[in-house]
Amino acid sequence: MFGKLTWAAIPFGQPIPLAAGALVVFGIAAVVIWVVARGYLPYLWREWITSTDHKRIGVMYCLLAAVMLLRGFIDALMMRSQQALAFHAAGYLPPEHYSQIFSAHGTIMIFFVAMPFVIGLMNFAVPLQLGVRDVAFPTLNSVSLWLTASGALLINVSLVVGEFARTGWLPYPPLSELAYSPGVGVDYYLWAIQISGIGTLMTGINMVTTILKMRAPGMSYMRMPIFCWTSLASNLLIVAAFPILTATLAMLLLDRYVGFHFFTNEAGGNAMMFMNLIWAWGHPEVYILILPAFGVFSEVVSTFCGKPLFDRRSMIIATMAICILSFTVWLHHFFTMGAGGDVNGFFGIASMIIAVPTGVKVFNWLFTMYGGRIRFTSAMLWAVGFMVTFVIGGMTGVLLASPAADFVLHNSLFLVAHFHNTIIGGVLFGAFAGYTFWFPKAFGFTLDERLGKAAFWCWLIGFYVAFMPLYVLGFEGMTRRMQHYDRPEWHPWVLIAGVGALLILCGIALQIAQLWVSMRGRAQRREPTGDPWDGRSLEWATASPPPAFNFAVLPTVTSEEPYWDIKQQARATHHLATPEPQYAAIEMPRNSPTGFVTAFFAVVTGFALIWQIWWLVVLGLLGAYVTFVVFAWRDIHETEIPAEEVARIDRANRAARAAALLAGAAR
Amino acid sequence: MKAGVTVVSRSLVPLLSLSLAGCHTAVLSSAGPVSEGERIVLLDSLAIMLAVGIPTIVLTLVFAYWFRASNARARYRPDFAYSGRLELLVWSIPALVIFFLGGIAWISAHLLDPAEPLKSKAQPLEVEVVSLDWKWLFIYPQQNVASVNRMVVPVGVPLNLKITSASVFNVFFVPQLGSEIYAMYGMTSRLNLQADRPGVYLGLSAHFSGDGFPGMTFDVDAVAPQEFAGWAAAARDGGPVLGEAAYRGLLKQTQDVSPYTYRSVQSGLFGEIVHQQLPPGEGPPTARTSAGGSTVLAQRHD
Repeated sequence: MFGKLTWAAIPFGQPIPLAAGALVVFGIAAVVIWVVARGYLPYLWREWITSTDHKRIGVMYCLLAAVMLLRGFIDALMMRSQQALAFHAAGYLPPEHYSQIFSAHGTIMIFFVAMPFVIGLMNFAVPLQLGVRDVAFPTLNSVSLWLTASGALLINVSLVVGEFARTGWLPYPPLSELAYSPGVGVDYYLWAIQISGIGTLMTGINMVTTILKMRAPGMSYMRMPIFCWTSLASNLLIVAAFPILTATLAMLLLDRYVGFHFFTNEAGGNAMMFMNLIWAWGHPEVYILILPAFGVFSEVVSTFCGKPLFDRRSMIIATMAICILSFTVWLHHFFTMGAGGDVNGFFGIASMIIAVPTGVKVFNWLFTMYGGRIRFTSAMLWAVGFMVTFVIGGMTGVLLASPAADFVLHNSLFLVAHFHNTIIGGVLFGAFAGYTFWFPKAFGFTLDERLGKAAFWCWLIGFYVAFMPLYVLGFEGMTRRMQHYDRPEWHPWVLIAGVGALLILCGIALQIAQLWVSMRGRAQRREPTGDPWDGRSLEWATASPPPAFNFAVLPTVTSEEPYWDIKQQARATHHLATPEPQYAAIEMPRNSPTGFVTAFFAVVTGFALIWQIWWLVVLGLLGAYVTFVVFAWRDIHETEIPAEEVARIDRANRAARAAALLAGAAR
Repeated sequence: MKAGVTVVSRSLVPLLSLSLAGCHTAVLSSAGPVSEGERIVLLDSLAIMLAVGIPTIVLTLVFAYWFRASNARARYRPDFAYSGRLELLVWSIPALVIFFLGGIAWISAHLLDPAEPLKSKAQPLEVEVVSLDWKWLFIYPQQNVASVNRMVVPVGVPLNLKITSASVFNVFFVPQLGSEIYAMYGMTSRLNLQADRPGVYLGLSAHFSGDGFPGMTFDVDAVAPQEFAGWAAAARDGGPVLGEAAYRGLLKQTQDVSPYTYRSVQSGLFGEIVHQQLPPGEGPPTARTSAGGSTVLAQRHD
């Protein structure tokens, strides 16, 4: 009846996973009860869960990322403390538990923190920057979000019911094959990633279509903000790379479920092919994450230096060069498989070539700062912290790209330090910069700067204390994923790294405090004009939070920094540059529960597939299909916002801007 | 520009080697020609990059400090957004660096190709390495002995290693000797190393392979050639025989196995493993019992 699922799947005998699982269950239950008791459920359902508004969806993506960051970071703390204790000792986490933790840490941080965070920022900012009302396919956008959340939920279910993969964040066969991983852990991984991967692919299609087809009048490609360019590159990569991931994992699923032999030891399977395929996705994935972060930094640096971005053309060329080159380097993840000098040499050089456009970007940010009038808000601090940190990460990356150097560094803690250097120092710093930068746009009030800066310093120092020792440990020959060890020269460095993790913990605590304090004091922190940072691109031309329709009238773009030019004109003439437009009713997409309901059935299907409860699989798939049919048969697609309502909202914002303009002129 | 980079790299290399070699880290205190070569590649590449990386970091901090909004002396140039000369510079600096590094990468990828035999007058010692769950088997075909979790090698003699796996992926790695390489089922990876200094070196698996992975460390004893001959002779005097039956015993998952030797090895055993005439590692018991006592089912496809 229930397939492989029995009571034995719940870890009654193991205190740590049981306590963690109970915490998650009670946490979710407490939130749900609080929401229902306070009567927030109808509001949440109407305004958020069923919302097809790209801004709301973007915010929810970021929220998902933030929650999962906490989960992934707890895993990190457990790993650091285990390694601190496991010198000549067993530590407190047995190998079968430790391996689940590092697998979950990597999987969560990449797929459910970094990805949703950058997708959330893109979702929120790209349509605003393009000067349009929504993404190309709003309901699909909601489906993407909820499918991603489904994957995240399945991974967290594995805490309580069954186990997670014990194979690392990429389940290399033959270890991940049934012969060596007979439990449900790998299945949890596979179905969680397959379901969220579909969501990501649809996001990619959605964003590419939006950027290519839906720009404000006059916004040619060369006038698009750099963040839109990097988003375009990133989403092109998603569209090209994620099908490879899905296909590769599908092959592993066929191996595990129906006895195929793609990657098995027996019957002609070839596990090396898995490595090839997974990295054919995996390396572009790195750039899927970092390119939007580059875009955020470009916006932040330019805004807070009070200058246009230096050499936009090179920036765009560099972005697109990285986009293409990222597909030509995957073999550097396994130089040590013995491919020979020609192959290794080719991929080594190809990998290094990516450093050229990346270096160009760093220099362009540098020259944007040159001659600037730099305001050190916390967003700008993240950007400068990134520039310094990322240069180090880039250098160690180029080092690893040299096959002969990689022969002694592959899979060592040097590698672990390198990719944390780029993903924390690059992607995460970028995400945090974007979060502080666009938060007032999303909610109409600014975040507390003092706590934000304190959080930045804790993160920055914590990062260096946590990961510089790992570079040293790599030189000491320590490899990743050691549950225990007995080399005395490793121990002190491991302890220092643990201290760094605690500093990062302080940073996270400060960020939570920042959000709390800012929300409590939001009445005083209101920002009426919608332009708190003296911004340059179109998202600052509308109210904060922007109305559902973003712009009362689509702006006409005549330059690379449309809003900056309008503002300069207004400042020169002391009144708003654009006259009050003719307001008209605006058609906006209707809310739709399709995404949420589909995701519900996706979770049911995924869970049933993991535990091989076949009748439930059929039911889940049927439910998802019916949801799709119901959506396809809808009669009313859009809802109309009357012209008076548009006028009311826009006039209020115009009045606030005019007042701010006069106040500015008086100063 | 070129000259500048070389000068800086020349002055940086000794500096770096000094500061890094001071810690006697495993990778950098090389004990053989391969790791020595890799150490040089590593330090040279690092020096070339630091020659550009350090100024970039310094400039970032200097610009950030000088152009702060509160500095009245800094000239605000809100329209400075393009300069053809700077554009040329920002493309050519990274390109030149990569030109150098790419050259080093290409040449060293060939010179230090793990499959390439080392030049030496001495007759190479052949060792066949099998990674098992979770221990290492070292077969010495010329001596007809085998050893588990301990590799004894003569100093100054090239080692011609053939490496395979009996189950999941592992990576054979002796940091002080250099070049790691994957051990994969049904494949032979070739690796040529040499120990020039006597000593005991850490060996380990550099690829996660399951619960027993952290225990997959082994000592590499680099000893004088006559001492090695003595060790082989002693090994031939005692210990079990490594035939098919004994090998099937090794296929069971075991952890933290203490080193021991086999007095003789069935000829062609390594070939049979690689050519899949012997079954792969058994993996965990097919029905896993969990703490609750009842079983979580899992079928196997053999």
